[in-house]
Amino acid sequence: MEKRATFGHWWIGIAFAIPQIILIFTFFYWPAGQAVYWSMTLQQPWGGGNIWVGLDNFRQILTDPLYWNSVVRSFVFALFSTLLAMGIGLVLAVFVDRELAGSKVYRVVMIWPYGIAAPALALAFRFMLAPEAGLLAFVNRLWPGLWDPGLDGTDAMIAVIVAFSWKYVGYNFVFFLSALQGIPKSLTEAAALDGAGWIRRLRDIQLPMLTPTVFFLLVIDITESFQDSFGIVDIMTSGGPARATELMVYKIYFDGFRGLDYSGAAAQSIILMILIVALTVLQFRFIERRVHYK
Amino acid sequence: MKKTLLASAALAALMITTGAQAAEKTKFDFWFGLSGDLEKRVQEVCARFNASQNDYEVVCTSQGNYDAALQNTIAAFRAGKQPTVVQVYDVGTATMMLSDAFVPAYELMEKNGYKIDWKDYIGGIAGYYASSKGQMFSFPFNSSTPLLYWNKTAFEKIGKTAAPKTWEEAHADAEALKKAGYECPIAINVSQNESWQLLEQFSAIHGEPVASKNNGYDGLDAELVFNKTKFVKYIKDLKAWYDAGLVKIKSKDQGQDMVQAFAAGDCQMIMTSVGDHGTVGRTAKEDLSWDVAMLPVYEGTERKNSLVGGASLWTLKGKSPAEYKAAAAFLAFVAEPESALFWSTVTGYVPVTESGFAYMKSHGFYDKAPYKGREVAIASLTATPPTPLTRGLRLGGFTQIRAEVGNGLQEIFSGKSDVQTAIDGMVTRGNAILRRFEATYKGKTLP
Repeated sequence: MEKRATFGHWWIGIAFAIPQIILIFTFFYWPAGQAVYWSMTLQQPWGGGNIWVGLDNFRQILTDPLYWNSVVRSFVFALFSTLLAMGIGLVLAVFVDRELAGSKVYRVVMIWPYGIAAPALALAFRFMLAPEAGLLAFVNRLWPGLWDPGLDGTDAMIAVIVAFSWKYVGYNFVFFLSALQGIPKSLTEAAALDGAGWIRRLRDIQLPMLTPTVFFLLVIDITESFQDSFGIVDIMTSGGPARATELMVYKIYFDGFRGLDYSGAAAQSIILMILIVALTVLQFRFIERRVHYK
Repeated sequence: MKKTLLASAALAALMITTGAQAAEKTKFDFWFGLSGDLEKRVQEVCARFNASQNDYEVVCTSQGNYDAALQNTIAAFRAGKQPTVVQVYDVGTATMMLSDAFVPAYELMEKNGYKIDWKDYIGGIAGYYASSKGQMFSFPFNSSTPLLYWNKTAFEKIGKTAAPKTWEEAHADAEALKKAGYECPIAINVSQNESWQLLEQFSAIHGEPVASKNNGYDGLDAELVFNKTKFVKYIKDLKAWYDAGLVKIKSKDQGQDMVQAFAAGDCQMIMTSVGDHGTVGRTAKEDLSWDVAMLPVYEGTERKNSLVGGASLWTLKGKSPAEYKAAAAFLAFVAEPESALFWSTVTGYVPVTESGFAYMKSHGFYDKAPYKGREVAIASLTATPPTPLTRGLRLGGFTQIRAEVGNGLQEIFSGKSDVQTAIDGMVTRGNAILRRFEATYKGKTLP
């Protein structure tokens, strides 16, 4: 007997889908299509007209050695901030899962950083990491000149990575914790009865069961680190010193919104979009193989 | 507090009594980019205008900062919801002039029956916002120019009672200050838009070009040339003095920017806008004795006028004649000498007209602290009549060019590359931006 709900008319299903399709179209496909069009023209910001230039914008960007430097920097940023945010998030989640003292409070508090707007967060970190007046000033008293994000590019990069990771630690923590708590207690208890210590249980039982979450967070964190970093960079370093923290997304923001070069910024965002799509495909292709969903 | 309460009560009373006419008032929007304390000051200007007459009402809205004011106005303009008047910062001038989106100031005033004496505008200020034919396209609003701030107490210790007039003298003073135990004789910053003091103003007062075609006034095909001017020697000197410990870099990233460092007495000379005059006065440590002077020039240089910084007021296309009438009344009001006195008193900005300056002098504005010294800014702006190289800069994509200059300076002062290479790099990359801008406006010419 047919138990599936069926629609009497072919258009009812489509009618249900239309609100969603309209939303996606207005807020994603239409602007994305517009960006593709803009990237192949030179747009006058005030709307006075545009000139078709084909792929010239892309050629100009991709032949600029400094642009490739910013691509490399974006990868460095993505790698370290993802590692840091996921690593710390996982450790904290394990602690809370083991119900160490105060874990109930941490469970609530840890997500807060994720709710802080990037500029506010960056401002706070700029104060804390200021070499002369901040919390790190003591480092410079011990070793003068060791910490100077104002002129040292590596220091500046470390500063933005730390600020960005701090925001995402809480986000990762929540996912890790819920995944840890979804692992059947019977498994860990059985292992404990067999004499496995908590490190052993973590390595052999919990971590393998966490792989779907690890994979999910990896994809999200990497994507976000390519997209969500410009607010922090803008306030903390403005891409400097000497371009040391000029990430791809910051360059898009700067050229487009400050420099009014809409076409150049559109072309750069197309490149970024392709890159993120490619990265995600790669991750699904090669990393997902090692993920155990059941 | 009491005063503002009283004022608003008076305003409210005024509004009630004029309620009948209020319905017929022509309302128009004015968007601006200042925030914080300066936002309140602009709102006071708006309130003064609204209280001064019964026909028009300006609605003033801060957009947070200059960039946002320009972006939001562009977005609004493309959607047909633009304000009537908008404040645009100095570096946006070239983009505005090519936008085809504005009503030139001289045309607006003429059509609405206002006779503005354009010659009254201080030369160094007018040139920045005028077409190459000398017609004013926008009204200078908040205007400033950089000055040398110097610590009198420290200079007394090395037996001097005046600020250095030349860079040779400044160098000698810096060395003497260092010997006298001062850690930071000169503070500079290279993290933001210091291209303004270090490149643009330096080039103007030395009569050197930043770009060909009279700094871009004569065509969009101008090219940057500051890798072949005195600017190179200047940066080489600054770098050498930095290496010798005479120049320190003070930026927000480090915890103390140069204005704070000067006000705290930690650094003895800085170059910053006259707009910071009030800040230094308010935040200076108690026994700090300080003054301002014109920026030094190299020996053997005939000093030229410095350039105006800040922003101007543009009237946008697509509004009704009634709104233009209201806007013209507002702009005329802002240009009055009384407004100049009010504006310069509550901010650090300078008057933009000769008559405003004279009016302020006659009211004794410059005779006593905390405003004493600000007349040096006018002296700097009017040091000579503007030459073709000291009218201003008319270069497209200038926000990005400034960023290139900033990046280059950071390379130099962090020791990543030598001075000439880095400056050549700024010019090459800056020229690419100019060519892009030229291609975007293909077939258009600067007015």
